[in-house]
Amino acid sequence: MATTGEEALGTEQPGPSAPVLSARDMWKSYGRVVALRGVDIDVYPGEVLGLVGDNGAGKSTLIKCISGAEYPDSGTIFLEGQEVVFHGPLAARHAGIEVVHQTLGVAPQLDITSNLYLGREVRRGGFRGSVFRMLDVRTMRRQAAEKVKSLGIATIQDITQAVETLSGGQRQAVAVARAAAFGSKVLIMDEPTAALGVRESGQVHQLIASLRDSGLPIILISHNMPALWDLANRVAILRLGRVAAILAPAESSMEEAVAIMTGAKAASHPPGTNG
Amino acid sequence: MANLPRQDQLVSDRGPEPPRAVPAGQREAHHAEALEAARHRHRWQGPLYSLQRLLHRHAALGPLLVLVLSAGVFELLHPGFLRLENISLMLQQLAVLGSLAIGQTMIMLTAGIDLSVGALMILAQMIMGELAINSGVDPVLALVIGVAFGALMGLVNGALTARVRLPPFIVTLGTLGIFTAIGLRLSGGATLFFGGSALAGSAISSSSNALLWTGTFLSIGSFTVTTGVLLMVALYIVFAYVLAWTAWGRHVYAVGDDLNAARLAGIRVRSLIASVYVVAGAIYGLAAWVQIGRVGSVSPDISSTLNLDSITAVVIGGTSLFGGRGVMIGTLFGALIVQVFNTGLELVGVNALYLPLAEGILVISAVALDHWIRAIKD
Ligand SMILES: Nc1ncnc2c1ncn2[C@@H]1O[C@H](COP(=O)(O)OP(=O)(O)OP(=O)(O)O)[C@@H](O)[C@H]1O
Ligand SMILES: [Mg+2]
Repeated sequence: MATTGEEALGTEQPGPSAPVLSARDMWKSYGRVVALRGVDIDVYPGEVLGLVGDNGAGKSTLIKCISGAEYPDSGTIFLEGQEVVFHGPLAARHAGIEVVHQTLGVAPQLDITSNLYLGREVRRGGFRGSVFRMLDVRTMRRQAAEKVKSLGIATIQDITQAVETLSGGQRQAVAVARAAAFGSKVLIMDEPTAALGVRESGQVHQLIASLRDSGLPIILISHNMPALWDLANRVAILRLGRVAAILAPAESSMEEAVAIMTGAKAASHPPGTNG
Repeated sequence: MANLPRQDQLVSDRGPEPPRAVPAGQREAHHAEALEAARHRHRWQGPLYSLQRLLHRHAALGPLLVLVLSAGVFELLHPGFLRLENISLMLQQLAVLGSLAIGQTMIMLTAGIDLSVGALMILAQMIMGELAINSGVDPVLALVIGVAFGALMGLVNGALTARVRLPPFIVTLGTLGIFTAIGLRLSGGATLFFGGSALAGSAISSSSNALLWTGTFLSIGSFTVTTGVLLMVALYIVFAYVLAWTAWGRHVYAVGDDLNAARLAGIRVRSLIASVYVVAGAIYGLAAWVQIGRVGSVSPDISSTLNLDSITAVVIGGTSLFGGRGVMIGTLFGALIVQVFNTGLELVGVNALYLPLAEGILVISAVALDHWIRAIKD
């Protein structure tokens, strides 16, 4: 099971190694609204890259463009040095990029297993799979249970439960689990704790920390600055569709980030410097 | 929110002093925990909640109960209602509507609706009859062309819904009129008989004419069905399997459940929706075959209530109008319920007016029940 990338380096700090994922000069507009104005971003092995910015700064748009959910107007994406173009979310997922979207993207009436495997269902072997297209429900359930368990999501017990019968935090956990279980190159999370209480947020943050420690690079969008400062190796600040600054939490304060975010302060660290 | 146990405890431990000493973060955590606990208490309360959960898990359970109950009541009112002869007859009368409801179910699972189902079925059988009777086309070929035509018209509905993104209600309301008009135009309003007359047709051709094959009777004791009934049952089995056991089936549910989530999961939602209408159209073509076999002729003026009756059957069968919820077997129960009321009210000797009344009450109750079951998400 190629879950959390063994190929990634176990280092905490992004060293001089090459980025796993790079996006260059990303532009995207919706009609008159220009959501991205030439964004450059790099994610290095084993790091959590925080992404902050005011509402409408373009964070969700950026990760949609990276993950094939939207087509950028222009821009190039490199995965492990290779240029890639994703025609649709499935292509990005096949390449090992998994996303927890801001809108969660789980189908509430399907059960947990079906949601984990939505779009990548496992068929049975033999003629039952090839001729009758029969799903291997038992294998999917077993693996889903294993994955949920290995991620330490204890609050989910019955893997056949419909997602709509879960609490908000558990639903979020399902979305995170799905991404974490299948992401082999990069994990992207768009405000994974937005709808959660203190305790549930804490659980998701713990999960992110353990995924980071396993070496999987993560892009984390959050408005929760203290949590970001705790988890991220670097924080990119998006402002009006541009990267205004990239800070290292170890060296910069949250106040500085907020000031740059709101435009009260010009960036002292020009984008491109890796903390 | 009167009972937050932790807060109470704090207050009683520390006397009247407000619990200021607890750090803000910790207090919030306690609060969240208390809320969670309260929610859990609420969730597990009462037999009504258990019932809601049960019906939520098993979408066909409600319709099955209603079916058993109504059949039982009619047996009481009219002893002999559940005799095999009567059941046989009901199944034969049900075969066309039952088949149409299969296509309707899949469309409604995608949160769509098909108002043109009956009209398309009638048009498909007109085409089959026209080809086989008036143009001398081999009946088997006429059948294949008719089913393919159903699929093609399904594609029209599907493309207008999925590609042009018009609401399915409007699209199929439009095609309802169009299909009806073409069907009438094609026949000039006349009924086509096989072999010249109705009697000669069914006597000579049932064994030789493939189009009439679905009218063949099969008996086991006093239980008599037609091959059309068997075809309907086979269709239920096939599509129950497809919905429950294939990726396509899962995607049908996902698309009706949350279109955006399905899209983000990588499902090509537009093609999927279009494919559902195509499959439904082909099923309507097969239903047309069942209809021809049953009547032994091809007529443009078959009861126009088929359009709405199929929706009635699907809704009574526990499929949600909002998509994503329902099972094939539930639709079979729903169609059977409609048929039981149909036959039952007639046998009991009630004014025919009361059938639409009963159906109306059933539909509204079914939708209300669905509403309540869906309220399970807090
Ligand atoms: N589908 C869309 N159609 C039109 N405009 C859009 C669309 N999606 C995003 N936008 C616009 O693009 C800009 C960036 O939006 P985006 O969702 O990327 O912001 P964000 O940084 O994720 O904000 P938030 O913190 O609120 O999630 C906004 O001005 C938004 O209105
Ligand atoms: Mg956003």
